[in-house]
Amino acid sequence: MTVAEEKPPVDVDTVDLDFIQMIKKTGGPNIQSCYQCGTCSGSCPAGARTNYLVRGIIRKALLGLKKEVISAPELWYCTTCYMCTDRCPQDVKPTDVIKAIRNVAVEEGYMLKPHQDVAKKVLEAGHAVPLDKDTWSALRQKSGLEPLPPNGSSNPKVAEEIRKMAKKSGFDKLIGYSDTPPPAEKKEK
Amino acid sequence: MSKRPAYYHFLGCIIPHRYPSIEKAAKLVFNDLGIDLLDMVGASCCPAPGVFGSFDRVMWATIAARNLTIAEQGGHPLTTGCNGCFASLWDANHELKEDEELRAAVNRNLAEIGREFKGTTEVTHYIDVLYGVAGMQKLKEHVTHPFTGVRMALHPGCHWMRPALVKKKDNSERPHIFREICEATGAKYVHYKDELMCCGAGGAVRTADVKIALEFTKQKFDSILAAGGADVIVTPCPFCLLQLDMGQVEIQKIFGVEYKFDVMHVAELLALAFGHQPEEFGLASHLQYAQRKTEPNWQRLKLRAKATA
Repeated sequence: MTVAEEKPPVDVDTVDLDFIQMIKKTGGPNIQSCYQCGTCSGSCPAGARTNYLVRGIIRKALLGLKKEVISAPELWYCTTCYMCTDRCPQDVKPTDVIKAIRNVAVEEGYMLKPHQDVAKKVLEAGHAVPLDKDTWSALRQKSGLEPLPPNGSSNPKVAEEIRKMAKKSGFDKLIGYSDTPPPAEKKEK
Repeated sequence: MSKRPAYYHFLGCIIPHRYPSIEKAAKLVFNDLGIDLLDMVGASCCPAPGVFGSFDRVMWATIAARNLTIAEQGGHPLTTGCNGCFASLWDANHELKEDEELRAAVNRNLAEIGREFKGTTEVTHYIDVLYGVAGMQKLKEHVTHPFTGVRMALHPGCHWMRPALVKKKDNSERPHIFREICEATGAKYVHYKDELMCCGAGGAVRTADVKIALEFTKQKFDSILAAGGADVIVTPCPFCLLQLDMGQVEIQKIFGVEYKFDVMHVAELLALAFGHQPEEFGLASHLQYAQRKTEPNWQRLKLRAKATA
């Protein structure tokens, strides 16, 4: 729930157009078609149980309230079910808009540690959910399969290729991944 | 004789690493149907659409494209039994074919490892192959163990059919394809109000806040019970399956409510309907059974358990 507080009015003639352009480029090309009907939020299973409000986020983005939008924790409650996208009468593609806003948020350093860890696992093992215990291999054998599947789990070259591309694009730095941790830094825990 | 259709079998992470019974069941089913599943050597994570799609669209498309180049080089389309993998691979394939700027950025990354996305392959889900290539007639012909009298609730999940305007697979408000495939096994379809609602796991929400993710799942379970209950929940996605299967153990811990649903992937349901025994692919290896030290409810599922001496 929000509580009313005194605020200066938003000047719609001087909104942060760069932010809107960023969103349009990364997956929300139709964001400016939104006429605030609220079908998205009415269809949203995340909004039914959290303070995540698609409609509000879109309006805030159009008002250029970048900081407020990208720093809001509820931005990460969208399960990307696309129910809003399938019902939006303006083809705003709200799910893609949210993902685009998340891209901007991450670029500015707003990311959750558990998500960062998932991304790091892909760079380390080639898989977000890796075959990291013997029990998982045993499970495979119980199902009548070979202990290692023919993917990144049996071929270290897979993760190596991903790391090379991540280094080239700067994604490794974005998520704080390093294959050689600085020796001065003490291990956590 | 016409050539057998062949697909690269994209495994992803959750099927081969947590629910391998799905991988084996798919192999049994596709073999029965005369369709080849080829090992996709060197494939990685799709990558996880929730985290990667939200973090960096270019890197998301790059890792997906790397997987697509394996299929392109081998000259066969690929198929996956995971809605999440389908979301990443199908969407990336589609966006890379349409968006030249994205394609150029991705190919700059791929050049680093001597690969190039050419846009020559096709991404399918098991559902596409079962319905469109094998066909309903053939599926029905292979059913030797009909699930007559078994009440089945469906969880189609989101990413095979949504966004509907782009995917063009089924009517996402009134889908019928997944239901038809499941009904071919003779099980009785039970409609419940929240059938088309998300399981709660996607979009990196399970990773961010498992309690909120499980609230979705709990709502679905309550909705199934309100419709008179079901003997089995069937889904075409291992991530949804994880959420519905392991989720019951987690819900019990977090909310103190106990649900007892057996949950199957559609490949497992079909394998059983085609006459395969549960131990041929390890149905009992689902994580909820290991955690709870239980077994599938053989009687309710009208399956005979392996004789345990």
